[in-house]
Amino acid sequence: MNAHIKNQAAFPETLATTDTSSTFNLARLRADFPILQRSINGKPLVYLDNAASSQMPQQVINRLVHYQAHEHANIHRGVHTLSQAATTEYENARIKAMHFIGAQEAREIIFVRGATEGINLIMHGYGRRFIGEGDEVIISAMEHHSNIVPWQMLCEEKKAKLRVIPMNDVGELLLDEYAKLFNARTKFVALTHVSNALGTINPVHEMIATAHQQGVPVLLDGAQAAPHIAVNVQALDCDFYVFSSHKMCGPTGVGILYGKAALLEKMQPYQGGGDMILNVTFECTTYNDIPHKFEAGTPAIAAGIGLGAAIDYITAVGLDNIAAHEHALLEHATHAARNIQGLNIIGTAQHKAAVLSFTLDDIHPHDIGTLLDQDGIAVRAGHHCAQPVMQRFGIPATARASFAFYNTFEEVDALIAGIHAVKKVFS
Amino acid sequence: MNDPRALYQEVILDHNKKPRNFGVLENANRHAEGHNPVCGDHITLHVKIDDEYITGISFEGQSCAICKASASMMTGQIKGKTVAEAETLIQEFRDMATGKLNVNAQPHHLGRLTVFAGVSELPSRIKCAILPWHTLHAAFKKMNSTSTEKDF
Repeated sequence: MNAHIKNQAAFPETLATTDTSSTFNLARLRADFPILQRSINGKPLVYLDNAASSQMPQQVINRLVHYQAHEHANIHRGVHTLSQAATTEYENARIKAMHFIGAQEAREIIFVRGATEGINLIMHGYGRRFIGEGDEVIISAMEHHSNIVPWQMLCEEKKAKLRVIPMNDVGELLLDEYAKLFNARTKFVALTHVSNALGTINPVHEMIATAHQQGVPVLLDGAQAAPHIAVNVQALDCDFYVFSSHKMCGPTGVGILYGKAALLEKMQPYQGGGDMILNVTFECTTYNDIPHKFEAGTPAIAAGIGLGAAIDYITAVGLDNIAAHEHALLEHATHAARNIQGLNIIGTAQHKAAVLSFTLDDIHPHDIGTLLDQDGIAVRAGHHCAQPVMQRFGIPATARASFAFYNTFEEVDALIAGIHAVKKVFS
Repeated sequence: MNDPRALYQEVILDHNKKPRNFGVLENANRHAEGHNPVCGDHITLHVKIDDEYITGISFEGQSCAICKASASMMTGQIKGKTVAEAETLIQEFRDMATGKLNVNAQPHHLGRLTVFAGVSELPSRIKCAILPWHTLHAAFKKMNSTSTEKDF
């Protein structure tokens, strides 16, 4: 049992310090990812679409297989051995997630389908209960659609008002303007920790403090932050935090919503069903305690346990190592990209995650993406589910290379060579 | 099998760089907007139809090279044809792009439009090539807007 723990033991000896040059054994890490051995269109895969979804190491794959082959049963019910084993493993994953983001208690960790469902849960459970006509919700100009649309739906239903924090030309939020948005009707702030389209790391600590001075709770969308930088929800003092498993080496179909216990307890349930009740009669239902109040129905058990294994893996690699290596990749890529004539980097904030979003002459990003793919290079091309960001910069789309800790400097060089080849086709 | 890379050949790149019939058409009596929400391609067609004959056609908008070249070449091929002939081409182009029509083995009227055959190997780009044709069909049917997410 617990194949993942055995595998994990191999890491600390090579990753004992944060001196990435000597101890961050990239070749060894890459060997953990079977998909990185693949070739695409006859070329070695260069996977630079990590902001969309990351790849999975063998340790996590093994954990999924082991669960399915030896431990599967439904959880939180049944007295038989398998059901109890599955419940234990699933709840262990919850505890791993708690430690991963520095939450105080396991009951503050809700399993959801992903960051999107987490935001919808808060909109429904908190927003629909506590936000009413004439109230205001603050979001930012760089949100993913998943942190725009639910709040628009709420505002439409409740006749509330959506206020948007503007940003400057390099993709940094204007904090003075943010402070000015608050008034007596401000009831909620929903903000991305790291922008998926621009890479900007927002000064969330300061922004949360500003909101709290006004007594306003803050949700952070951590989908692009959790895989790349160390997060501590207690140090940040955020009220809600959401992230997705599949962007941090885990399976799709599961994510985490963190909420302060006192807030979660005040919220209404999101979905009704089994597991979220204590007692049901046709007259009246008593809801279960948190976190189960928000976890109706049989969850993605294997995926949840797989997320636990992914957290083990990322923790063993070390988020400091990850952040340092990815930053070095970004510096290398940015420097090389700046030397390409006609290439325009979209998003050049001072504090950035390893995302290189760009336009190239007047070549449409989809053409860039298709041609790079012919060289085995996977990038995202499009509006990145952030159309208002594209509108802000006056462009229909960008090509985006997003790096993970398993990417190499040679892969960055391959990207740069690929971009030169695209230019040549269109010259 | 068609090499997808061959899509970015001279003729398509040339139409991308110098699109034909680009702009507004005076006296047009049909207009339709086409939108591909997946990639943001957005074109507007202006068509003039006299007695079932397409006497004028132009397009505007912002799109990728494949979509723009497809629109440019479409306008060149369509002008002077009847609506019925154009509908045949729409269907044939659509079948070619989706891999249902093998232009080397089966009869068709596509002519130089067969440079787009390779798009059938690129599922994510098929809609880019089809969008102008989709929009032309909408113009014929007097639908003012269409999307690649809608069926014919």
